[in-house]
Amino acid sequence: MKFSEQWLREWVSPQLDTQAIADQITMAGLEVDAVASVASAFSGVVVAEVLTKEKHPDADKLNVCTVNDGTGEPVQVVCGAPNVDVGQKIPFAQVGGVLPGDFKIKKAKLRGIESRGMVCSASELGLEEEVSPGILVLPASAPIGVSFREYMQLDDMTIEVDLTPNRGDCLSIKGLAREVGVLNRLPVSGPAIQAIAASIDDTFPIGIDAPEQCPRYAGRVIKGVDVTVETPLWMVERLRRSGVRSIDPVVDVTNYVMLELGQPLHAFDRDNLQGGITVRLAEEGERLTLLDGQDIALRPETLVIADNSGPLAMAGIMGGENSGVSKSTHTIFLESAYFTPLAIAGKARSYGMHTDASHRFERGVDPELAGLAIERATQLLIDICGGQAGPVTEAVSKSHMPASRAIFLREGRLESALSKQLAADDVTDILQRLGLEVDKQAEGWSVAAPSWRFDLAIEEDLIEEIARIHGYNNLPVRRPAARLALRPANEATLTQRQLRNQMVARGFQEAVTYSFVAPELQAAILPDAVSPVLANPISSDLSVMRASLFPGLVRALEHNLNRQQTRVRLFETGLVFNGHLDNLAQVPMMGALVCGSREAEGWSCAKSSVDFYDLKGDLESLLTLGGNQHAWRFEPAAHPALHPGQSAQLLHNGEPAGWIGTLHPQVRATLGLKVDAVLFEVRLDALSEGRIPAFEPLSRYPEVRRDLAFMLSQEVPVQTLLDCAQAEAGDYLKDIKLFDVYAGKGVADGFKSIALGLTWQHPSRTLNDEEINQLVDSIVTQVRVKLDAELRG
Amino acid sequence: MLVGPEIEDDYHNFEALNIPAHHPARGMADTFYFDATRLLRTHTSPVQVRTMKSTEPPIRIVCPGRVYRSDSDLTHTPMFHQVEGLLVDEGISFADLKGTIEDFLQAFFERDDLSVRFRPSYFPFTEPSAEVDIQCVMCSGNGCRVCSHSGWLEVMGCGMVHPEVFRHSGIDAERYTGFAFGMGAERLAMLRYGVNDLRLFFENDLRFLRQFS
Repeated sequence: MKFSEQWLREWVSPQLDTQAIADQITMAGLEVDAVASVASAFSGVVVAEVLTKEKHPDADKLNVCTVNDGTGEPVQVVCGAPNVDVGQKIPFAQVGGVLPGDFKIKKAKLRGIESRGMVCSASELGLEEEVSPGILVLPASAPIGVSFREYMQLDDMTIEVDLTPNRGDCLSIKGLAREVGVLNRLPVSGPAIQAIAASIDDTFPIGIDAPEQCPRYAGRVIKGVDVTVETPLWMVERLRRSGVRSIDPVVDVTNYVMLELGQPLHAFDRDNLQGGITVRLAEEGERLTLLDGQDIALRPETLVIADNSGPLAMAGIMGGENSGVSKSTHTIFLESAYFTPLAIAGKARSYGMHTDASHRFERGVDPELAGLAIERATQLLIDICGGQAGPVTEAVSKSHMPASRAIFLREGRLESALSKQLAADDVTDILQRLGLEVDKQAEGWSVAAPSWRFDLAIEEDLIEEIARIHGYNNLPVRRPAARLALRPANEATLTQRQLRNQMVARGFQEAVTYSFVAPELQAAILPDAVSPVLANPISSDLSVMRASLFPGLVRALEHNLNRQQTRVRLFETGLVFNGHLDNLAQVPMMGALVCGSREAEGWSCAKSSVDFYDLKGDLESLLTLGGNQHAWRFEPAAHPALHPGQSAQLLHNGEPAGWIGTLHPQVRATLGLKVDAVLFEVRLDALSEGRIPAFEPLSRYPEVRRDLAFMLSQEVPVQTLLDCAQAEAGDYLKDIKLFDVYAGKGVADGFKSIALGLTWQHPSRTLNDEEINQLVDSIVTQVRVKLDAELRG
Repeated sequence: MLVGPEIEDDYHNFEALNIPAHHPARGMADTFYFDATRLLRTHTSPVQVRTMKSTEPPIRIVCPGRVYRSDSDLTHTPMFHQVEGLLVDEGISFADLKGTIEDFLQAFFERDDLSVRFRPSYFPFTEPSAEVDIQCVMCSGNGCRVCSHSGWLEVMGCGMVHPEVFRHSGIDAERYTGFAFGMGAERLAMLRYGVNDLRLFFENDLRFLRQFS
């Protein structure tokens, strides 16, 4: 809502400058977005009259005029505007004047003819942004010689407030003035509005078929109006300062009353109406051509104003073209109605529309305002367009009108809510100025909310009003007191922060990628993934929920590779979405991606690239963080995004919990990536599961270690060998580690040499060679039998 | 600290927060929908709803997480992070809310003298509701481009929990009161570190990320 400060001051005028008013209402919850002058700075412009006009001898498009600017002698001026004419009152910039943009008016010669000044257009004076087609013509009554700024009262500011949806009551000068009045404890008064007595008997029948949506509808016939007259300049200016364009005097009056009082009005051409007005819901198949030319197929839940021939207007949203007022209109039927917020809310939006009327009705227009507004509009219309008014006819369904809301505000509750005792008289005063009926009782205030405040229904609403007017910043500050109960914490559970810090400590950066990805990217990486698809994505690139962290990490890799960042170590935590909406898992995961050189460039390190084992090492550092590494296993398995020979599924207590592997060459090719990348993705709940250490007594007896190297087929995973050896190693095996993997010279094609180090220790005695040899024999035999692998000589 | 699902239903994201269908406030958050009732949460408040339904007061929680709004321009990304907090107990007043927020902001910016002001606002799930402004940290309140020459920066929203929200959660609004607050993590990070483009947070450019490691 944008309004002129002058207009507001007609209702209430505190001793504050513009900025102070803006700050005051901002701090009362009506946030001021902008304060601006209604016109740019200019000087030396007066009202003048065009006395003569002759064609310029040497230029077709120019006229040579003389004007009377009140200084005595007629002033000669060359004017290029097509609409300049003798007898017009016009804004005239005198020599020495300065127009917006620091344009100084000097004596000049235009094609040889002297010109002393300039006849101005609205845009040249900064009153309009669009370049005006011609000069601004003022009313004949404009006094010659008077400063144009003064005449137009241009030393005014516009204040634009961004209102929250609960404050529909402030979408008018009247409502804003009421707020300013309360804040400054000043009385508020608008123009006197009197009922216009009927001078003719003409009426038009009104019937409400949808009283729930429209409990009140008032109308009036005004006959003999002249729509061809000009809207008075003062009204055009006020509309302009509220951001509303002048259309014709009838529309201008309805807009003016809407801005002034908050009641949207509509005027029909009476001669285009048939039978009578019915307010009803649209019927299937009905259509309506709106004022803006759109032809709309009405949906049945839409409230319409209809006559005997069909819908005339979308109630509270926009009128129809065929029943609208035109230059030739002679008799109008003026509508002033109360449509309930629920009847209008969301309707305009559902048709892709938003109008000043729908904006107000959605938020709530005072249900008691219709009568006052129709009288005000009648007065203005008759003043401007002439005509004679018939009586106001009104249809009301009392049972559907909003019930009056009685609320009791307890003194004790007010004090405890704000931690401050406010003077009872102040509270009463605030409530009364806000328009509430107040009855102060011993325990508090019994109040009735005014019809225009749809947002006041419960005690807390009143507490907020009092806090707001009193000023939030005048209320006390304290710290909440809480009981010092200890919170239980699970020692074995790793926090996300610990896991993240571990990744950061290993040289990773944390990525945050969008949870929605491009369907093609997801399909390239996870062809079988099923995840929810947005009905209204912001773009198709961000339309499907990620079923894995891989797509986002790969996209982030690309972004960095395209910016010469070749060594990439990224991780991300977040939800992945698996399944259909009705069977959806939203699973927290941690994922990582590495690419490029193993170590940052330096004098002491080789320039080798990272591989599967590097990232596996990073992942294992997470698995060991909580001491629960024994719960995890790496199993070879196929994943569509991962290299078949360089990938593993992670099992946590035997359950699938993630994947690790090198990006599949095929996927890499599809995505156009030129470098290898290794990725993992693991369920966070499994990663977080640590272990509370269980103490084992330290053995005082020596450890025995044996190293065994096997020639294992490349096809057989190391894990299988480890499992096989462990199964045969007896109860006193303390540790088994893989300490060498070798393939190449000396090892047959298709084989790899795997060296294991095994350590035994007995808790209460020294192990002898014989029992160790037996265990080793057993391991070697079983490995031979089960895995067809020989001990390396 | 609590987290929750990001694909939410209409009830937890709106209805239980006193935002019924057709409420004009629904127009305030541009929501991503999957179907008529399922959506990407527009705030982390559903976590508060779930907590209040399942926990007896006193409740003191912080809920960080990803939230989604259908908006994309210089100052909006379709996904961002919110951190919300909720405190429900006996005898909690607006003064406690003011103290907590002031303490947080002064601690966050490590400035004891940081001016904080509370401006009445509207959220369907709190009453009284407030927007919180801090003295502009870029120009110390003298007025600059960042604060649109007002000297103030809007940093978060807050308010006392609306009785209707308590009713949905089965908490006795006569006995308990509480406050809730919510802020955009990226917005605060931008102010804290002088980052001038929100989109950088989601590009994962290493040259950006390394500045914060």
